[in-house]
Amino acid sequence: MAIRTSERDPGQRFALRLRQSSARSLTLLCACSLLALTLAVLAVLTSQSAPFFSAVPLKDFLLGTEWRPTLTGGQFGVLPLVAGSVTIMIGSGMIALPLGVLSAIFLNEFAGAKLRSALKLPLELLAAIPAVVYGYIGLFYVTPMLRHVSKAFQASNATSAAIVVGLMILPLVSSLCEDAIHAVPRALREGGYALGLTKAEVTSKLVLPSAYSGIAASFVLALARALGETMAVTLAAGSTPLLAFAPQKGMATMTSYIVTTSEGEAASSSARFASVFAVGITLFALTLAMNLLAVRLVDRFRRRYL
Amino acid sequence: MNLSTDFNWRKRKRFDIVFRFVCAAATVCAVAALFLVLANVVIDGAPHLTLQFLASGLSHRPGEAGILPALIGSVYVVGLAVLIAAPVGVGAAIYMEELSGRRTRLRRYLRILTANLAGVPSIVYGLVGLALFVRWFSLGQSVLAGALTLCIVILPMIVVVTEEALRSTPPTYREASAGLGADSWQTVRLQVLPVAWRGIVTGLILSIARATGETAPLIMVGSAYYVTGSPGGLLDRYTVLPMQIYNWASDARPEFHAAAAAATLVLLTFLLSLNAVVLMLRNRARSST
Repeated sequence: MAIRTSERDPGQRFALRLRQSSARSLTLLCACSLLALTLAVLAVLTSQSAPFFSAVPLKDFLLGTEWRPTLTGGQFGVLPLVAGSVTIMIGSGMIALPLGVLSAIFLNEFAGAKLRSALKLPLELLAAIPAVVYGYIGLFYVTPMLRHVSKAFQASNATSAAIVVGLMILPLVSSLCEDAIHAVPRALREGGYALGLTKAEVTSKLVLPSAYSGIAASFVLALARALGETMAVTLAAGSTPLLAFAPQKGMATMTSYIVTTSEGEAASSSARFASVFAVGITLFALTLAMNLLAVRLVDRFRRRYL
Repeated sequence: MNLSTDFNWRKRKRFDIVFRFVCAAATVCAVAALFLVLANVVIDGAPHLTLQFLASGLSHRPGEAGILPALIGSVYVVGLAVLIAAPVGVGAAIYMEELSGRRTRLRRYLRILTANLAGVPSIVYGLVGLALFVRWFSLGQSVLAGALTLCIVILPMIVVVTEEALRSTPPTYREASAGLGADSWQTVRLQVLPVAWRGIVTGLILSIARATGETAPLIMVGSAYYVTGSPGGLLDRYTVLPMQIYNWASDARPEFHAAAAAATLVLLTFLLSLNAVVLMLRNRARSST
């Protein structure tokens, strides 16, 4: 078809060229929306948090140990919120990282094709459940179970939040680890078997070290996701700022502070409201740093095997 | 045999068995967690899930509370968000994968931007929506503001999945098309899209699922706590299904918790059936190649 057009009159050729260039510029415009969105995120976070940072010194914000905003002023030390986020992030990692890696190993190295596809489906469906449902589960099932074990657990506690967030990020870990493990060349495994290694030895001593950077990338990505997780944490862990390692107590995180403060306060312009953007830019910076780290790890992995 | 005892065979064999067992147990745990979650929601929610629950509006009396406004609100907001985000996202991905030609540096920058945007927590997009759409554009706490906010939440995801779908089209198609003298747009339209459309649709369905379950950014831009009517126009106030779950679950009165479970059941049924459609499309794609 394309050959015939070149024999046709110049009008036809012009029409074709016009279509090509308009398609190109139209899609370029779409691509520019990504740039616009990036700029919008940066502009909003910096401009809206500017009034906050002109009132509260950066040092007090980053190093202050008390977060007690009031309508007129109060204490704005972000550390308790960061501590809450990090506690829940680490707790969820303690669940999702080992389970994710081990199930990726099982699916890739031990399970047959049929079992593999039968188990992969429910694993992936864990990611289809929305955060607010995990919050509900944490609040009404995990917490009562924990309180059954020990009365020390409060009605909102960091442990139940960590457990449900762990379940939430588990499919991310397992599917990315599976990709990484799958990409390790077959020859490496066969070499190991030829030397008389058992399957467990091949996996733990050859495959896992080779897939190291891919697995590490999946960890970082999943932890970044846990750090930015909002609804599950807000429902299960409550919103009391607390600077202490106390997983049996409720604690506010950066995300839960943002969401509970702006809830119903969308029209106000108090100091408390500006602080939401200051916490937002902190969260943004932390997750961005983790994502950039993950991208570097993935790059390293790709250069090696793909 | 002699050789294997030299290498402490029994100990190694035991390690092998334990390792296998631990891996299998971890997988079983993960899968069991899903069924526990689902079973709990079904047991709690099913008794409360009546036709009246689906067809009536919000109420302060738990027995009469229903989810109709939330259902309609969800359809409005998510539908609008996907209608806006899908063409833009697919277009951007087509440019990056197919039409950018020799502008490799631009392509690389766009990819880095997309990867980082996809990693931004949705609550941050909620802040952006609040400052940009609700206040600066002064759309207020309207359907349009909510839809635009959800739109920027799912845009990076749509770009990523569309790119993947385009990339999985065999390069020989493009080479053959170019060899016949087709330009890059003709190649995309006549060769690449007919192959890649299934992957793209899969991605769009997943983005619908993501947008439907998304709660935090909509709370930020003011999905209402208590709306009795359903939204009629773009500038009306609205509530969405996950928002209702959040409100009912955090209500102090335990009678509302059953309503939360029933609403969760409705939401999960919808999301899981979307995922089933995706799986069907994927399986068909696999069997056809």
